[in-house]
Amino acid sequence: MKVLMTENLRINLDTEKWECRHCDKVLNSARDNYKRSLLAYDRDPREIHKPLLDPKKYTLTYSPDPTWCRLIEYYCPKCGTMMETEYLPPGHPPLRDMEFDIDAMKEQWKHREEVLKEPGGKDYPRSRKSVHAGQAMARMATGDKA
Amino acid sequence: MNDMSVTPEDKLLLNKFLKDNQLFLIADPEIMNDHDIGPRSEEEERLLSGPSDPHLVNMVRGRILAALDEGNTMIEQMGAAPGAKWGDIVASIFTASGDLSMIAPHGVVGFAACVHYPIKYIIKYWTDEPTVGVHDGDGFIHNDPRYGGIHGTDQSCIMPVFWKGKMVCWVSCTIHEGENGATEPGGMPPSAESRYDEGLKMSPFKVIENFQLRRDLVTFLQNMVRDPKLQLEDMKVKLHTCLRMRERVLAVLEEFGEEALTISLRQHIEDVQEEVRRRIEELPDGTTRVLTFPDSTLRENALLKFSMAVTVKGDRMTLDFRGSSPEFINRAINCNAASLKTMLLTSYLQNVWPDLPQTMAVFGPIKMLFDEKSVLNGSFETPQPMSLIPLFKAMTIPVIPMTKLSYSLPHRYTAVVAPQYDQPGTFIYGGLTQNGENVGNFCADINGNGQGGRNHRDGEHSVSPPFAANCDIGEMEVIEEELPIVRLGAFTLARDRVGFGKYRGGLGYEMIASTRGTDMWGFMTGCTGSLFTPSQPLFGGYGPPVYPLCKIQNVNIFDQLEKDPGNIKFDILDLMNNQTVEGGKYSTHPMAMTFELCQNGEVYMMCQGTGAGYGDVLLRDPAHVMKDIEESLISHETALDIFKVVYDQATLLVDEAATKKLRDNERKSRLKRGKPFDKFVKDFVTKEPPAYLPYYGSWDDPTVIYGTSQGKRIKMKASEMQSMFMPNPKDEKIKSLESQLDTVKAQLEACRAKGKASVKAVAKAKSKSKKK
Repeated sequence: MKVLMTENLRINLDTEKWECRHCDKVLNSARDNYKRSLLAYDRDPREIHKPLLDPKKYTLTYSPDPTWCRLIEYYCPKCGTMMETEYLPPGHPPLRDMEFDIDAMKEQWKHREEVLKEPGGKDYPRSRKSVHAGQAMARMATGDKA
Repeated sequence: MNDMSVTPEDKLLLNKFLKDNQLFLIADPEIMNDHDIGPRSEEEERLLSGPSDPHLVNMVRGRILAALDEGNTMIEQMGAAPGAKWGDIVASIFTASGDLSMIAPHGVVGFAACVHYPIKYIIKYWTDEPTVGVHDGDGFIHNDPRYGGIHGTDQSCIMPVFWKGKMVCWVSCTIHEGENGATEPGGMPPSAESRYDEGLKMSPFKVIENFQLRRDLVTFLQNMVRDPKLQLEDMKVKLHTCLRMRERVLAVLEEFGEEALTISLRQHIEDVQEEVRRRIEELPDGTTRVLTFPDSTLRENALLKFSMAVTVKGDRMTLDFRGSSPEFINRAINCNAASLKTMLLTSYLQNVWPDLPQTMAVFGPIKMLFDEKSVLNGSFETPQPMSLIPLFKAMTIPVIPMTKLSYSLPHRYTAVVAPQYDQPGTFIYGGLTQNGENVGNFCADINGNGQGGRNHRDGEHSVSPPFAANCDIGEMEVIEEELPIVRLGAFTLARDRVGFGKYRGGLGYEMIASTRGTDMWGFMTGCTGSLFTPSQPLFGGYGPPVYPLCKIQNVNIFDQLEKDPGNIKFDILDLMNNQTVEGGKYSTHPMAMTFELCQNGEVYMMCQGTGAGYGDVLLRDPAHVMKDIEESLISHETALDIFKVVYDQATLLVDEAATKKLRDNERKSRLKRGKPFDKFVKDFVTKEPPAYLPYYGSWDDPTVIYGTSQGKRIKMKASEMQSMFMPNPKDEKIKSLESQLDTVKAQLEACRAKGKASVKAVAKAKSKSKKK
């Protein structure tokens, strides 16, 4: 049984391991911090958020100040997908952002079927003529045709 | 003699004495610390313990919601405050014991989610108070967030509804009025250094008797604010909205009876709580966390840490904010916990469980933990008029830990969405208009924040404020008719200022404002995020960039437009980089500006921001990148450097093979430059915040808080946190200039001394040569 945990990660409840959803790389123990199995890079945020105002003329240019803000990128060690990013002050410990009770999760998923593709993300069609009309709104929600 | 034992009778007497002789009926911690609904009243217990007719409940609920919707529309149509026109309003109904039951379908839930505090205060303190009392026809006013509220700009009108001599429920309506007589115009003064700079601070008091406003009190309130006509008009609007809602409730009582109303109001919130418990229980047990770092107190640059951890265990959820920045006793950005909870609720109801009824009962099963004297749990004396800084964060950051908790569910209640741009990006203004009116308020651009990227599509541009999906950004023509603000550039999406990702954030837009037709007009702004990225991204996306405030001063742009209109392009980057307004003084600043006068034709520029990105940029469909180019949302440079798409710039045809190769190469580069996490931590993490950084909050241990005292760093136990007292930035500036002056003087003296010595030497040499 594999449980989809993020856009990029899943937990294999049988092996109790984190896995990359893009290349199936088996990462570390699901009881541990998944970031420990990734590659991390301390990026100058100006490389991504480039100065849009002339730095010769202005101190503030739409780029974060690298002495205040660092961009930490986490990559899958096999396929290089960027699994997470976090903006931190220089030297701030990376956050352990997810910590799950694996035993409880196993119990919970005993009663559920495996989900292979994440649900949701459906867009209801917009009626340009009468978006505020009650019946049209109801049809959008139900998917019924007029 | 030392026997201090007190009999129960003595204790009762003592308690009565203390109650009767309380010197100041301050906001009651018992009320303010409890965001849950109260226990059932005896009557509710009697009615709800038996069977109830769900059809009847549904009919009553429908009628009440229709009445609230009507009330909301009345405020919107009649309200004078700019906020009323753009939807920063709500009409709501509460149970007899003061719990919020329902709000108008298009109302701002946060406004209503704090009104139960003043209602419970009124019930507790004024009902039996012989000099006040609560009677049919009474109405109360309130705005002080310390007694429940978001911030002092929001004024509520609260009215009990009586039926056959018995109080059966409460109705209220709230408007973001803006002007409230604070130390700066518009009601949200970043320069406030104490709560006495905040303007009107209305604890709940009676201002309506016999269904009429008391003119003496109205006059008193008008006398306290810069816009007396606004104060009067909107008090009338709120009174008549409450009266209309009361009329509708009475009709419901007439038709269905008191019991049906009582059951419906209470059942509604109990059902919500049951559903929330079920939704918590289906989440995995565990903890997810997020950090965010506002970079300003609005008076000086300072890096504040806000920490949020969500823990689920069975059907219990705890939100833990400990380890966050300490409060600032002389800065405006503190927020009390009750205010914060309303905006957290907003985030849950907008981004996590938008299908639930909009009521504070949603948070009943959720416990919250704060440090005392934290900026998120500011004490009574702290100034709080720009609590929007923590509040806007509260509206957006929960989506990250909640998404990480709920992503695994087999079903969704809504799409997964990265955080919306989380700053109140707008000009606040004040002064004398071209029509001779004194005003102070804010522009509707506050409602134009870009949405974060979603799991299946890009975020919407400038979609709404993070506190209400229904609010609008207003019409420029209406604003220009009433105010001397001229929008030289408006609603142009800010190209390349994007939260990049597999699905990008929706963009914000540029605001280029000037003024004409008055000599007494000014602006201020109250945003952070000019040094440190404001919103954290989701699942490998990038956050927004930072945004400066740009100015062109000492020049009248209208003169130049008259002479040479073709030369000026209303685009911030073009204006600032090419400096096309001749003779102007160009500068950039953090987006935190206390009130300053703007001369006719000077130009002030800022942006609404983009939402954060969702997912890895290399996973973005190249066709979407091309669409962004077509729509001028990004430049060619961004398409190549960030998204790694190779294409023909003339035809926008993608070279798929070359793109794949470029992206593969980038993935290889990542593998090369990335370090194993443990090694990375060893190299990157420092024991303490960098010495040069004015840092506030915990670092690696949430029980140890960093701050400053007299400009020097201090460390405190979280349990013994003290308030920060910041030096006056002008004093600091003077100190720095004096120090520079001293250095220059010393250099001058040294130079003079050297000059004298060389003059003497020359003279001596001359005299020697003469003698020869």
